[in-house]
Amino acid sequence: MKIRLLYFARLRELFGTGSESVDVPDEVRTLADLIAWLSTRGGVWTEQLAPGRAYRMAVNQDMAGLEAAIRDNDEVAIFPPVTGG
Amino acid sequence: MKISVQTEPFDLNAEVAALHRDNPAVGAVASFLGVTRDVNAGLGVHTMTLEHYPGMTERALEQIVREAETRWHLLGVTVIHRVGPLCPTDPIVLVAVASAHRQEAFQACEFIMDYLKTRAPFWKKEVTPAGERWVDARDSDGTAAERWQT
Repeated sequence: MKIRLLYFARLRELFGTGSESVDVPDEVRTLADLIAWLSTRGGVWTEQLAPGRAYRMAVNQDMAGLEAAIRDNDEVAIFPPVTGG
Repeated sequence: MKISVQTEPFDLNAEVAALHRDNPAVGAVASFLGVTRDVNAGLGVHTMTLEHYPGMTERALEQIVREAETRWHLLGVTVIHRVGPLCPTDPIVLVAVASAHRQEAFQACEFIMDYLKTRAPFWKKEVTPAGERWVDARDSDGTAAERWQT
């Protein structure tokens, strides 16, 4: 399954990229699975996505929780809590 | 409904006028203007940069306004949020709400700002004498948004 990943703000800087296209293994079906998979990259990925770290996610531009399902060609974004206004 | 995410400045008077000029049913326009400050969390702020998630930001703002429209009878809403580099005293956000009576306009304006603070994907980065830093989300913003959920 191919998905497009987007990162913003502090996470974009720490991960060293704003976007990437990834081919995730079949067992990655939810955002929780995706986070677990990304965490295996080690370094800042493991550190920033560890349990208890504050980040938010969106699937196809709607805020989504860890239980949200992801499908082929989805746009998934990971970003810090928002600070606009 | 007018939603705009833009780098350019906006004209508060023109935006407020546009909400009531052609609609004699409007009896009230409440507006909130957010302005860039020169101090945050004890440090001086020279400049600030606003990052956003193009596409999702506009979509999130539209959803927030739609939600307000289900709670109050509104006759027009304008939300303008600037992105990119900003300096202290620069206006950053405008929420203006038109309705028949003041109470609806006041409440909806506050509701939209509270939800914008916690749901619209914008991020502030400040340049201070100690260097650059991303602004942390405030717990009080989450509390402000939650009070509308009762």
